[in-house]
Amino acid sequence: MAEIVLDKVTKRYPDGALAVQDVDVEIADGEFIILVGPSGCGKSTTLNMIAGLEDISSGELRIGGERVNERAPKDRDIAMVFQSYALYPHMTVKENMAFPLRLAKVDDATVEKKVAEAADILDLGQHLDRKPANLSGGQRQRVAMGRAIVRSPKAFLMDEPLSNLDAKLRVQMRTSVSRLQRQLGTTMVYVTHDQTEAMTLGDRVVVMRGGLVQQIGAPQFLYDHPTNLFVAGFIGSPSMNFVPATLENGSLRSGLGDVTLSDRIRNLLESADAPREVIAGIRPEHFEDARLIDDASRSRGATFTSSVEVLESMGSDKYAYFSISGEQATSAELAELAADVGTSDVPGDGISLVTRISATSTAKVGEPAEIWFDADKVQLFDPATGKNLTYSGD
Amino acid sequence: MAGVGGAETTARKVRWGVLNAVVVIYALFPVLWIASLSFKSAATLTDGNFVPREWTLDNYANIFATTEFVRALLNSIGIALIATTIAVVFGTMAAYAIARLDFPGKKLLVGVSLLIAMFPQVSLVSPLFEIERSLGLFDTWPGLILPYITFALPLAIYTLSAFFREIPWELEKAAKMDGATPGQAFRRVIAPLAAPGVFTTAILVFIFCWNDFLFAISLTSTERSRTVPVALSFFTGSSQFEDPTGSIAAAAVVITIPIILFVLFFQRRIVAGLTSGAVKG
Repeated sequence: MAEIVLDKVTKRYPDGALAVQDVDVEIADGEFIILVGPSGCGKSTTLNMIAGLEDISSGELRIGGERVNERAPKDRDIAMVFQSYALYPHMTVKENMAFPLRLAKVDDATVEKKVAEAADILDLGQHLDRKPANLSGGQRQRVAMGRAIVRSPKAFLMDEPLSNLDAKLRVQMRTSVSRLQRQLGTTMVYVTHDQTEAMTLGDRVVVMRGGLVQQIGAPQFLYDHPTNLFVAGFIGSPSMNFVPATLENGSLRSGLGDVTLSDRIRNLLESADAPREVIAGIRPEHFEDARLIDDASRSRGATFTSSVEVLESMGSDKYAYFSISGEQATSAELAELAADVGTSDVPGDGISLVTRISATSTAKVGEPAEIWFDADKVQLFDPATGKNLTYSGD
Repeated sequence: MAGVGGAETTARKVRWGVLNAVVVIYALFPVLWIASLSFKSAATLTDGNFVPREWTLDNYANIFATTEFVRALLNSIGIALIATTIAVVFGTMAAYAIARLDFPGKKLLVGVSLLIAMFPQVSLVSPLFEIERSLGLFDTWPGLILPYITFALPLAIYTLSAFFREIPWELEKAAKMDGATPGQAFRRVIAPLAAPGVFTTAILVFIFCWNDFLFAISLTSTERSRTVPVALSFFTGSSQFEDPTGSIAAAAVVITIPIILFVLFFQRRIVAGLTSGAVKG
């Protein structure tokens, strides 16, 4: 067990392309940290550099206080689980898990013991003599984990370990990965493109985009205080609604009507030197059916009326979808998010909104509903730089 | 509907069965014929019967009684085995490099090896004859092994690099993460998985060397290095007036046996889909 420090770690390919740029992360001993971002953001490259499978172009990587830039993977004492599992097909489950120990020339009795322990933790006892070809996806995934945990490494690296499982198994394995990490108390670096995994698993999350770290923090902190449009749009599901808006004498004019901003937000905007044109971001849960709001809250926010396009009842809440007139918010970061999700070419008129309202709401599809939103929870972003003008995290 | 479907599949099975039988008979008939000839005595050789009326092993006894054939058989086995071993060893190394590494001149190397494989061998016979004569390689084992390797190596590289490309690269990365040196990763993970490819290649190369007639007849002149296909063409009867057909037939059957054994032996190791289960589901 050890802490992992990335000090201005950069990966530049021979053709000059920058895959990862000046990544500074200090991963504490026993911490579960997630690297998350859309494909091509450099998260896997960063993981491979920690593993030693890719060279570090500049910067320093320290594991347990020692510089390991020049060490081969085998001398770094870290284990890795691959997205494809990469099980050795000519070996049985047992041989697969014993492989790292055999290479380390551990004696037979210890190998038996360690493999049995790992098999016990991962519930693989009855499959030890089978070949990977005869295992289900979930079982293969567990063998891959078993191979990583048998030799009690300093740290685990996981490269999208759950992305090949079907949805239900993924949820199940997610909790067992989390439990496993707590049980072993080993430092874990976990790469995923799935923001749900990032939110639910990690002690801290590193959001990356285009080889740059956007923000590092606890999942809830990133959710509440995104530093820019990209993090705001990436973290959270359904994602944050973005509406172009104009600031005028402390009030915000947008397709959702005019809102007087709270003093807190006004102060933040002043110190951030906000431009006139901004992008307002509102999380779905900060909307509510106006009929269910008491007067005190009502005065804190603003309401708009629009007809419900789609209504999804989730039992505990309802998701109501609206589309309001006006131009969609545009910025480079939002375009990248849309491209990643694959919605960039979905045609749509106006601005689409997702709201999460109470299950007791009587809103109906096709009928107008009056919707309230909390003005104090609105986050404002600079369209040019993507910066959160209302960031109050520090 | 089920009845109709059943009748249809039966009819289909019969149709395919007949077709398969025709193909198998067509392919095996000459082999059976030569086997039949090899068991006939000199007197009944030309009687036109498919099944010999008098079975005899004289032909086999005769060919093994002459040093001409035995020596040629040894030459054939030795030359083919040595050429196969060298071609497969170098082919494995080259194919691994081609499949895994990016190095300058890789495309050129692949292109040149393809060119060599395509080159009409007959146009090389005269220059090779002259070269080998002046180098003292004419009518020696190396004199045949070298051209065999030259033509077998591209074949080996092509077959093997296709196999290496099938092996997921992540397995090698996983081995490295598990603490293997590059050498250990190759020996314990990559090589066992590439084994079917190596055996397939070995069979192909061996057959190529074993069957060659063109180089063997041009680059040899005596029993010292003459291989079986050539020796066959020099067969004469025990006297000038005797027809050597029976001996040739017996020799032909004998030289088929090593190929059959070779294929049977290695076939068990060519397990398709050995890498299944390595990655994904």
